Amino acid sequence: MKIKNIIITFVSAIAILFSTSVVSFAKVVGDKIILGAAISLTGKYSSNGVHTQNGYNMAVDRINDMGGIKVGGKTYKFDIIYYDDESNPKRAAQLAERLISQDGVEFMLGPYSSGLTKAIAPVTEKYGVPMVEANGASRSLFTKGYKYLFAVLAPANLYLDVAIETAVELNGGKGVRIAQAFEQDAFSQDVRLGILDAAERTGSKIIIDDKLPKELNDMAATLAKVKAVKPDVLVVSGHTKGALTAIRQIAEMKVDVPMLAMTHCDAAKLSKQHGKNSQYALCASQWHKTLTYKDDFFKDGMTYAADFEKLFGYDPPYQSAESSAALLVFKDAFERANSFDQKKVRDALADTNMQTFYGNIKFAEGGQNVDKPMVLFQVMCDDAGKCENKVVAPLKWASAELIHPIPKWSER
Amino acid sequence: MLTLQAVLDGLLLGILFALIAYGMALQWGVMNIINIAQGDLVILGGYIAYFMYLYGIHPAWGVIVSPIIMYFVGVVIYKLVINKVVDRDLFISILATFGISILFMQLMNFAFGADVVLANSGYGTTMLFDNSVTLPNSKIFSAFISIVFAIGLVVYMKKSKLGRAIRATAQNARAAKILGVDTEKVYAATFGINAALCGVAGALISITFTIHPYMGLPYTIRSFMIVIVAGLGNLPGVAMSGMGLGVFEEFADYILGTEFRIGSVFLLLVLILVYRRFKLSRKREYLK
Repeated sequence: MKIKNIIITFVSAIAILFSTSVVSFAKVVGDKIILGAAISLTGKYSSNGVHTQNGYNMAVDRINDMGGIKVGGKTYKFDIIYYDDESNPKRAAQLAERLISQDGVEFMLGPYSSGLTKAIAPVTEKYGVPMVEANGASRSLFTKGYKYLFAVLAPANLYLDVAIETAVELNGGKGVRIAQAFEQDAFSQDVRLGILDAAERTGSKIIIDDKLPKELNDMAATLAKVKAVKPDVLVVSGHTKGALTAIRQIAEMKVDVPMLAMTHCDAAKLSKQHGKNSQYALCASQWHKTLTYKDDFFKDGMTYAADFEKLFGYDPPYQSAESSAALLVFKDAFERANSFDQKKVRDALADTNMQTFYGNIKFAEGGQNVDKPMVLFQVMCDDAGKCENKVVAPLKWASAELIHPIPKWSER
Repeated sequence: MLTLQAVLDGLLLGILFALIAYGMALQWGVMNIINIAQGDLVILGGYIAYFMYLYGIHPAWGVIVSPIIMYFVGVVIYKLVINKVVDRDLFISILATFGISILFMQLMNFAFGADVVLANSGYGTTMLFDNSVTLPNSKIFSAFISIVFAIGLVVYMKKSKLGRAIRATAQNARAAKILGVDTEKVYAATFGINAALCGVAGALISITFTIHPYMGLPYTIRSFMIVIVAGLGNLPGVAMSGMGLGVFEEFADYILGTEFRIGSVFLLLVLILVYRRFKLSRKREYLK
């Protein structure tokens, strides 16, 4: 019996040793550059996690098919190890640790959401692993002095800046009265800070400033206040839940506001779920397929959208587009660094200055992309009830004219 | 007008909460089980209505279909898990139902995806006082259906054979058993009825608000509080405390701000518990 136990222990020890040595990857194996990513494939962020993964995968295939990455006269291909972080920050940090110390990954792609990026960034920073992330926009990510974190997207405080500025412009340069309701999470509160800045800059006044609890799906009280004080702009940010709840209750309570600005309309599939009720809502977006940025891999937004739909069967949300852009940035940095040395790649990333189908990319000291403005689109519906998102600001990219003020409910 | 809006919003909301709390009070009273998965049953009921809506059936029919399906879901949960913890410590039942809650969240996420969804009833809005007070008809519908089911439950408990058996078991399970009540069956039915009520509430929530696999817990907490405030076995109390809580929440939202809405409800709970204790301590009697 004793001998049997010893044998079992011995065999399993060897098995464990063997299995870990087999799955252990180095940064570059043969002709493969292996990137690591912890992504929310289950849990509450799973739909956006999948958008992120699809974006990554599409870019990997495209870059590999079009000749791969040339470093030191040799051609390499991208490969990604994915782990599911279950939408849980603690798990994400553990997985980052595992990717780096067990799997030997030396370059990382970001997870979905600001919260999870916040959990992973200290780990990649500790090991000096360059991470290009595409889905963490919270301002606090870029004020911590991280050296190895690079975000291809504009920070959260710029999301709805444009809306306030547009409203002020339409008001003849005079300040406007703003009512706002934001969920109490890192991202939405950053969007709020951006509005506070914009309000101060433009001499606007904030007359309602509600914070929505995470579990709230009823905004009736806030909207009743809005109805009573009649602001010029109503700003709502609370992820998909906030966007859906706001549109439903604004329509039900017949709240008339000249301008309604929101985030996450894309992800919430507003026009699909609410049809004409979502008409005239202004939405902040990192990207829209009609923008005319170009690159060699995906050509432009429209081509990207068509290719993406062919592969995955749905129109790409901006979460996918920015994730694809992250791979383009990595490729560019590897080739300029002409090395797999983490420090050299990091420096090359910091010097990035390029255009992709998703937008221009140039990183500031803190790692955020400062070369790509946010766009605002407005939901516009035809008489048959078919709705489309049309870019209305900034004017340079506009494909339709902003409808302002929003017609009253009694006239619709 | 703002006050009237708040009162009406609160009442309509509270009636819906009270329905969920009804189910909780019932099974807590009968089986001595605090069901942490209550909110998840609600959400599951909501998904049933949502899927009917997706397939072109008006989601209002969900208030009939959803409780029927949920009754069986409830009975199955009882047979698989609850019957093993029914006579045990309260703590064990909390753990067991907490496990069920996590399982349900993950299963719903797996089956239906993590997107926030809703079912549009297209019921329109009732406008009072020249459009200064607006009441979504979906909320009025919800409140009406909730009242119908609540009254139906009370009548059923009073008149039917099973209702009497449930009440007998709640009073004294052992005595009921001796007198020929199949308590095992009664427990299963009670849990099923609770799940069915959750199903109705869920269907109504998908019509009035939004649903999401991870949104169950707030409903559990609210119904827990309503039951605590009302006291066990006090069904009219549950209705009153549900509505009271709804109105209180709305006013807290107006006066203190939305961020203090949930917090103020908890504060109220603490105050009520402290007050109860204070009252009890004055009545304390000693055995000599």
